[in-house]
Amino acid sequence: MSTLSFFIKNQGQILQLTLEHLWLVGSSMLLAIAVGLPLGILLTRRRALSKPVIGAANIVQTIPSLALFGFLLPAPWLGERADRLAITALTLYALLPVIRNTYTGILGVDPGVREAARGMGMTDGQVLFQVELPLAMGVILAGVRVATVITVGVATIAAAIGAGGLGEFIFRGVAMVDNRVILAGAIPAALLALLLDLLLGLVERKLTYAH
Amino acid sequence: MNEAQETVIEFRRVSFRLANEHLLLSDLSLSVRRGETLTLLGRSGSGKTTTLKLINRMLEPSTGEVRVEGRSTLDWDPIRLRRSIGYVIQEAGLFPHFTVERNIGLVPQLERWAPEKIRARVHEMLALVGLPPERFLSRYPRELSGGQRQRVGVARALAGDPPFLLMDEPFGALDPLTRVEIQREFRALQERLKKTIVFVTHDVREALLLGTRIALLEEGRLVGIYTPGEFLHAPDPIAATYVAAYRAGDANSNL
Repeated sequence: MSTLSFFIKNQGQILQLTLEHLWLVGSSMLLAIAVGLPLGILLTRRRALSKPVIGAANIVQTIPSLALFGFLLPAPWLGERADRLAITALTLYALLPVIRNTYTGILGVDPGVREAARGMGMTDGQVLFQVELPLAMGVILAGVRVATVITVGVATIAAAIGAGGLGEFIFRGVAMVDNRVILAGAIPAALLALLLDLLLGLVERKLTYAH
Repeated sequence: MNEAQETVIEFRRVSFRLANEHLLLSDLSLSVRRGETLTLLGRSGSGKTTTLKLINRMLEPSTGEVRVEGRSTLDWDPIRLRRSIGYVIQEAGLFPHFTVERNIGLVPQLERWAPEKIRARVHEMLALVGLPPERFLSRYPRELSGGQRQRVGVARALAGDPPFLLMDEPFGALDPLTRVEIQREFRALQERLKKTIVFVTHDVREALLLGTRIALLEEGRLVGIYTPGEFLHAPDPIAATYVAAYRAGDANSNL
């Protein structure tokens, strides 16, 4: 049986695992943004914290993904469900690019512009939402894009702890020494990464003011 | 007291030091009268910009007191204080992601004016600084020349109709011809608007052209306050070096 006919025969399962994969990536990215963006903003206000926090996020990134999944396994509430655990680990991975780019993006805003904003009587919130975030948006979204692409890749490992996703095909294919099965996981995962990158690129163009 | 002589901004023995103890301004006392343009003249590091930022509470005095309209800046709500003081800085500090229209309409928008009132005000301000509204409203700052950006900066500072204007070397980065042109226009504008202006510059010619009085600063201290006429004949050696430079420049350039 050729790879193509294998794909056609198993399209139902490929679709289902792709959706599972998307669920893992989507929810961990939403969480990473929900945590990383405010944290990145906080670091620009308390710069002394930036070194330890970004350092910690850096260390998390250096832990091999399989090991991180393993470490979290005995955790009380997290270990109960595989997808819960996988999403937590993926969120931790995605955090660094989001925090770092939010931090550097905001600090990269022209100090003269920030000073004018304050000097004209904008409140701290107005400076943040009307000036700093819009001007930093390009850098922040670039971080989100990088994090998303990384997460699509790392999420394939989540199958090792039974969290599903396209990694199932890959692990099964490795065990069966069958390239068709591996490709049934790898190709959709690659396409998913490309597609999400493209979509976020469009969002980036839409939300970033033209230079 | 004569209304023209009424003090509206007052420094009472103000010092400002940084967290590292470095003293930027020491024991400054001066008064700004309603409707006048006080130019703060001095080299870089003389404390001019520090003085300016103490007025709109971008900085707070380490000792002494800065009073605006008879009230210490520390008793003002900083947001209210700043919205009643127009602020123009070098390179204008325009928001690169806002059109000219939104840049100029910023303070009215923050003050929640009605949209049509903001529109009318923005048109009025553009016309005031000599930029035809229909051509400039929808442009972005990067689509403007340096002189145009500075005009927009002035229009933006005036949009909320504040009684005060603080200007920090607003024309410093312009080419000499544009600078002279915009200085002349600004002078005409001053006479029409009667705002109280504090204007920072390191350029003697500018200080003499635009200032009703000149406060000379050196190393964080006030050397003296002079009218332009007094300044040209001031006995103080520091003032005299500026005057000498001014006369030398005059002989050379004749701009």
